[in-house]
Order: sequence, then structure tokens, then C-alpha cells
Amino acid sequence: MDTVMLARALFGTSLGFHIIYATIGVGVPLMIIVAELMYIITKDEDYKIMAKRWTKGFAILLAVAIASGTIVGVLISLLFPGFMQIVGQVIALPFQIEIFAFLIEAVFMSIYLYAADRLPTPLRLISIISVAIGAAASAILITDAHAWMNTPAGFEMNANGEVINVNPWRAFFNPSFAVTAIHVTVSAYMTVAFLVGSIAAARLLKSTITDQERRYHKKSITLAIYIGAIMSLATAINGHETAQMLHEYNPRKLAAAEGLFETTTHAPLSVGGWTSREDEEVKYAIEIPYALSFLAGDRFDTEVKGLKEYPEELWPPLFVHTLFNVMVGIGTMLIGLSFFAIFWRWILKKELPGWMLALFVGGGPLAIIGIEAGWCFSCIGRQPYTIVNVLKTSDAATHANNVGILFALFVTLYCILLIVTVAVMVSYFKRHPVEPELVEKGV
Amino acid sequence: MEESLLAVAILWSILFLYSITGSMDFGAGFWGMVYGKRKDSTASKIANRFLSPTWEVTNVFLVLFVVSLVAFFPFAAGMLATVLLLPVGLGLILLTIRTTFMVFEGKTERFKDLLRITSGVTGLVLPALLVSILPITLGGFIAFEEGYPQLLYGKLLSSVTVYMHIAFGLSTALFLSALFLADYAREAGDETAYHTYRRHAIWLGPLSLIIAVLTIFTMPEEASWIVENFRENMYGFGMSVTLFLIGYVLLFVKRPNGDVGYSRLSVVFVVLQYGFAIYAYGSAHLPYMVYPHLTIEEGFTNPTMFNQLLIAYIIGLCILVPAFILHWKLFLKDKRYLKQD
Ligand code: HDD
Ligand code: HEM
Ligand code: HEM
Repeated sequence: MDTVMLARALFGTSLGFHIIYATIGVGVPLMIIVAELMYIITKDEDYKIMAKRWTKGFAILLAVAIASGTIVGVLISLLFPGFMQIVGQVIALPFQIEIFAFLIEAVFMSIYLYAADRLPTPLRLISIISVAIGAAASAILITDAHAWMNTPAGFEMNANGEVINVNPWRAFFNPSFAVTAIHVTVSAYMTVAFLVGSIAAARLLKSTITDQERRYHKKSITLAIYIGAIMSLATAINGHETAQMLHEYNPRKLAAAEGLFETTTHAPLSVGGWTSREDEEVKYAIEIPYALSFLAGDRFDTEVKGLKEYPEELWPPLFVHTLFNVMVGIGTMLIGLSFFAIFWRWILKKELPGWMLALFVGGGPLAIIGIEAGWCFSCIGRQPYTIVNVLKTSDAATHANNVGILFALFVTLYCILLIVTVAVMVSYFKRHPVEPELVEKGV
Repeated sequence: MEESLLAVAILWSILFLYSITGSMDFGAGFWGMVYGKRKDSTASKIANRFLSPTWEVTNVFLVLFVVSLVAFFPFAAGMLATVLLLPVGLGLILLTIRTTFMVFEGKTERFKDLLRITSGVTGLVLPALLVSILPITLGGFIAFEEGYPQLLYGKLLSSVTVYMHIAFGLSTALFLSALFLADYAREAGDETAYHTYRRHAIWLGPLSLIIAVLTIFTMPEEASWIVENFRENMYGFGMSVTLFLIGYVLLFVKRPNGDVGYSRLSVVFVVLQYGFAIYAYGSAHLPYMVYPHLTIEEGFTNPTMFNQLLIAYIIGLCILVPAFILHWKLFLKDKRYLKQD
């Protein structure tokens, strides 16, 4: 692999690692707030214990989130200096403000973590809400830079390739900022809700648990199902707007996502299959007639641009069709699962059967896969550009030697950290089971 | 003040903050390792109690430095990134191992020793790696191949000045952290730990001063320009030495109640000492970011961007300063936190 490929591989892997922990970092504070609120409303000690245990798990993952965030924050400058040169002139604000948002989160997190026993309830609630706001703001601001790469704004390039007429706030509020920020935030909330659901469902499936534990985990899965249902629906509705944004600003990416070669009205939606460059079609796909046109413009006769509008060297890799399908497929499945559970449990008023719990165990990991697929789709679908129509990835990347060595070292590091975090989490919660806490509260 | 000068002053202030907080953080990891095995000493407990709530804030200064560097000086990104890829990349790996292991150490019983030793050893290696970047910016270690800068590793690794810089970084980190932990221990009412750390500060202080002076004599020919400039900043360096002496002597002064040493005042003077030294060094380094290839003027962003960044900074600080004061009160002043077991 040449240096450019290695730089892309190293950066993509690092972000793929960071996003797992970052998403959890955005979502868990929301779950903790809900649990704290439930405790205030119902005075049920179970919710207090829940908030405490989620916080403990969060504290472990937070360390990896921050460490990996530091890695990507520095690596982006090291590996893509050509890109950062333009970022520094045009879209430095979100990166800068993000750090302040993060600091707020960090300061209030340590207050919540280390001083929780010493704080009165309102102050505790205020500190965890500040954590949630800080985390969401962090994510939204970083996403802003990403949105700007997809829909660059707020500057011009002169003939010498110099940046002129900079307007930092136009860049900040670029056309795709709002939709993308919402999509990232609600998908993070949905993911963490399903992760909590996974853990609770796995516990409930155990035959050995006590009645007390069963009640505790049922409360936790209930929260997970409701938040998961709301957030997954929000993700899909907003994802639809995101696709319309692509139709308007980046039709090349939408064409690649759908494997559409010819520009057409009444374009069908291809679900599944894979895109064949030779046959210029998506093979083995299920076609839903007119659906793509309708998705893109809310009308069946919307004209959707095909890949052939562009020279072939500007096509993104065509496998992004699969990434897109994975994301949308997972979204659809999880909406189905959570709403079916609500219907079953609260309309039919029946207990959730084992097979449904088993499905919920898979929900959390699936959501994580959805996040990974979505990001990889968005970043790879932008190729060969780093800043759409402005800067090619090959001009953005570093010319340093030694990227290969670093790639090997970082991949090793991520593998070790993944294993160690799981081991630490398991060992921590094995040594601090919920049962004694529930007994202690004396209900 | 010229805008690029203001920008570099802000950047330098962040570096100052990071070198102080980083020194305390890395040093505390080292002391935690040294005293971790000893049942009779509470010195390690004091070090760890300081570390747990502060490492995040320290880490933020590092990120803030990198982000501000790229934001204020985007045209410097190309050269710095290419030259520093390997050293900074390795530093990131060590920092990650350190951060995560430190947090994991508090959560598991197994591997406690391994985790403690990692945090101690990386506490030494990291400051060494970070200061070794300084001599690179002074000239002589960068060559151009096909128009792209490359770092001359052979020359770098065989040069005395690099090792002197490393020795300086280590002694400083250990001195600052020992002094700070002494004061922290006293705040917590732990006189034994106080005396342990005070003893270390007493030998490390003069040592780091001597190494600093010796380092200047090992500067290679290419860096003679900065030695010239040092002469023009003698006022700053003179202040620095004076402040150090005051801070040092304060460690020996008897208090009315019979205890030895005004540790809090001593910390203040030593931090001021580093302030003067770092700003004197910084102004001697001007106008170059990387001698002789890159000046601050060449690296600077456009004025529009700079103004917006300044506004963001001011608003950010208005929010953060109160938050920091709260943080400080909770963890560094609150007797209930300090004295817990
Ligand atoms: C659990 C995660 C998850 C789920 C279920 C969905 N998404 Fe998504 N999607 C993301 C997680 C995500 C993401 C990882 O957060 C992305 C990557 C970049 C971004 O802005 O958000 C994303 C990007 C993304 C993009 C590309 C934006 C761009 O490249 O600028 C589109 C068009 C959609 N999504 C559309 C959808 C639709 C129509 C969904 C219907 C169910 C959907 N997403 C579900
Ligand atoms: C959209 C994808 C991303 C999301 C949602 C996200 C979110 C987060 C969150 C929530 C944290 C704080 C950790 C925690 O509190 O749990 C974090 C840390 C961090 N992230 Fe990300 N991040 C993303 C991508 C990136 C990228 C692309 C970069 C850099 C270019 C980056 C840089 C950082 C840095 C530097 C930190 C550490 C903060 C510090 O120590 O100051 N992140 N991220
Ligand atoms: C956190 C989730 C993310 C993941 C999993 C991710 C994934 C990837 C992948 C796989 C690549 C390589 C693409 C290729 O070269 O074919 C890439 C490139 C890149 N991404 Fe992302 N990305 C994420 C978020 C972001 C964000 C938030 C930003 C902006 C701040 C960003 C900026 C970049 C840049 C600058 C490149 C390199 C240049 C390029 O290949 O276009 N990424 N990312």
C-alpha cells in the first residue's frame, strides 16, 4: 500500500474504534438522566442503583473514549496536513469550540463521579445534565466539520488554489449541518438504549436470577425499549431528510448508495444485492418501483442523478451500496423490534417471551454495526474527495514515511484495548453484582 | 500587538499550562509507582488521589494545544505533521496506554502491579519524548527529500543536546510533581507524605536548574541563533532564577507552629519561575517555529478566522473559569475528599 492508502486505513480504523466509545459517551448520560428522573418521580431505589451502575460502567469506557479521541484529534493533523491547512483557515471554529464543550463535560463528569455522595439531588441532576449537554455538543460540533466536508461553504478558492473570502460562520452553518447533527445525536441515543436493552435481556434470560433482580432488569429493559423506540423512529425520519440532503447537494453519493447508473425519473429503490460495475446494475437486489424518486423528492417523478453523470474516476467505491443497506436495514429492524415489544407488553399486556428477549440481546451490537456502517458509508462515499469538489484525498494526505509502522502499532493497540475493556467491564461487574445492592436497600 | 504574535502567545500559554499540569500528572504517576509497594507509606495514596480527578483536565490542554496550533497556524501543519509523525504517533500510543491503564487500575484487583508499573514508566517516557521535540525545532535535524521535509533520525539520536533536553524534561517533571504533591499532602494533613515529597523536591530542584544551564552548552552549531537570542532575554531568565531561589528557600523556613517549609508559597514561586523561563525561551525562539524553514508569519491563518477564534476563546474561558474553580474546590481543597481512605 502506498502512503495515501496507509494514511486512510490508519485514520479510518482509528475513527472506527473511537466511534464505539464516543457513541456510548453521548448516549449513556441521557440514560442516567432518565434513571435519575425516574428515581425522583417514583422514589424507587432501583432506579438510583441503575444510575449508579451505569455511571460506573461509563467511567470505565470514558477513559477509552477520551484516549481514542485524543488519538484521532492528533492523527487527523498528522495524517492529513493538506486537509488541515484548509480546515485551519475555514472551519477551525467547531474544532475549537468542541474542546470547551468537552471540558464542560469532563469537569461536570468528575463532579458527578467523585462527588455524587456529597451533592444534594438537584445539584447531582444539574451536573449529569451538564455532562449530557457537553457530550452532545462535542459530538455535534465534530460532526459539523464532517458535514462541512460533505457540503463545503463559507469560502472560495482562487486560481492558485489559495483560500479567499472566508466566512467562518457560513462554514459553520453549512447546508448539511442541521440534518447531520440530529442524525448523529439521535442515532447515538438509540444505540445506547439498545445496548442497555441487550444487557438487561441477557440477564433476564438467565434461569438463576432472583425475583428482585428480575424486577430490576425489567425496569431497565422498559426504559431501553421506550427510549429505543422513540430514538430509532427519529433516526429513520431524520435519515430520510439526510438522504434528501444528499439528493440536493451530493447526488454522486446518493447514486453510489443506490447503485443507480442512469439518471432517471421514477427511479426504483434497490434493497440488498451488490453493485456490479461491469453490468451497471445492482445484482440480486429487491427493487421497489419509484421508491427512490419518492425518497429523494417526495414525488414519484423526481429526477435522480445516476453515476454516469460523472466521469468514472470520480465514482466512490461501489460497495458503499452495501454499507448503506446495512445501516437502513438495521434501523428498520430495530424500529420493528421495539414497537412490536411495546405492542406485546403494553397493549396485549403479556410478558416478553424468551425469543423476543433473545432478539433484544442482539439489538445493541446491531446498532453499533449500524453506526459503523453509516460512518463508513458517509466517509467512503465521499471519495475520491476529502472536501467534496474542493480537495482530493490524495492531495490531503501526508508524505511522511513510517505510516505503515504506525498502522501496525495502532491496530495492535486497538485490539488489545477492545479485549481489555471487555475484560475489565466483566470483571468489575462480576465483583460488584447488583443482587447485594438490591438486598441492601431492604425492599 | 501583531496578530500572529498574539496567536503564538496564546499557543505558548497553553503549552505552559500543559507543561505544568503534565509534569505534575506524569510525575505523580511515577511517584505512585515508587511508593505503591510500600505498606508503611501513604505517599502513593496521595499521588493517586491527586491523579484520578485531574488527568482528564490535563489531557484537554494537550488537545487544546494541537487544535489551536492547527487553527492559528494552518500553514505550519504540513511541515510539522510530516516531521513529527513518528515521535508524536508513538507518544499517542504511550499516552493511550497510560490513560486507560490508570483508570483500569482502580477497577480491577488482578494485574494491579502491571498496571501501576505501566503508569509509572510511561510517566517517565512521555515527558522525555515530548521535550525531545524541542531541539528539532531549533534547526539541523530536518532535510528535504523531493521537496518534502524528513526528520534525520540518525543525527537526532546521536546528538548530545537531545539527551540533555530529555534529562531536563525528566528532572523538571519530577521536581514539579514532588513539590506539588508535598503541598497536596500537607493540605490533606499527611505530614509523613509531606516530608517524603519535600525531601525529593529538595534534591531535584537544584538538579533541574543545573541541567537547564548545561543544556544550553550542548546546543549544536545550527542552534546557535537561539543562544544568541537568549542573551537578549536575560531579564526573563534572571527573574526565573531569582524566583526559583525564593521558592526553594521557602521550603526550609520554619513556620510559627514549628513545621518546616511554606509549601504553598513555594509552589507559587516555582510555577512563576517556569512561567518566566518558558516565555523567555519562547520569545528567544521567535520569529521561527521551525528554524530556518518556518516563521510564525508564514504559518499564520487569515485575520477573519483569527478574530472569530479569539471570540470563541473568550466566551469559552468565561464559562470554564468558574467550572474550574468549582473543580478545584471539590478535589484540591475539600477536606472530605482529601482525607478519605
Ligand atoms: C444506529 C445507527 C443508524 C441508523 C439505524 C440509521 N443511521 Fe443513517 N447514519 C448513521 C447512523 C444510523 C451515522 C453513523 O450516524 C451517520 C454517518 C454520518 C452521519 O452523519 O451519520 C449516518 C449517515 C446517513 C446518511 C449519509 C449522510 C452523509 O453522507 O452526509 C444517510 C443518507 C442516512 N444516514 C440515512 C439513513 C436512513 C434513511 C436510515 C433509515 C432507517 C438511517 N440512516 C438509519
Ligand atoms: C461523529 C463522530 C464523533 C463523535 C460522536 C465523537 C464524540 C466524542 C465524545 C462524546 C467524546 C468524549 C468522550 C466522552 O466523554 O465519552 C470524544 C472525545 C474526543 N473526540 Fe470524538 N467524536 C467523533 C469523532 C471525532 C473526530 C473525527 C475527532 C477528531 C478529528 C474527534 C476528536 C476527539 C477528541 C480530541 C476527544 C478527546 C477530548 C479531549 O480530551 O479533549 N472525535 N468524542
Ligand atoms: C467517527 C466515525 C467515523 C468513521 C468510522 C469514519 C470512517 C472513515 C473512513 C473508513 C475513512 C477512509 C475513507 C477512505 O479513504 O476510503 C475516513 C476518512 C476520513 N474521515 Fe471519516 N469517519 C468518521 C467520522 C469522521 C468525522 C467526524 C470527520 C471530520 C471531522 C472525518 C474526517 C475524515 C477525514 C479527514 C478522512 C480522510 C480523508 C478522506 O479519506 O477523505 N471522519 N473516515
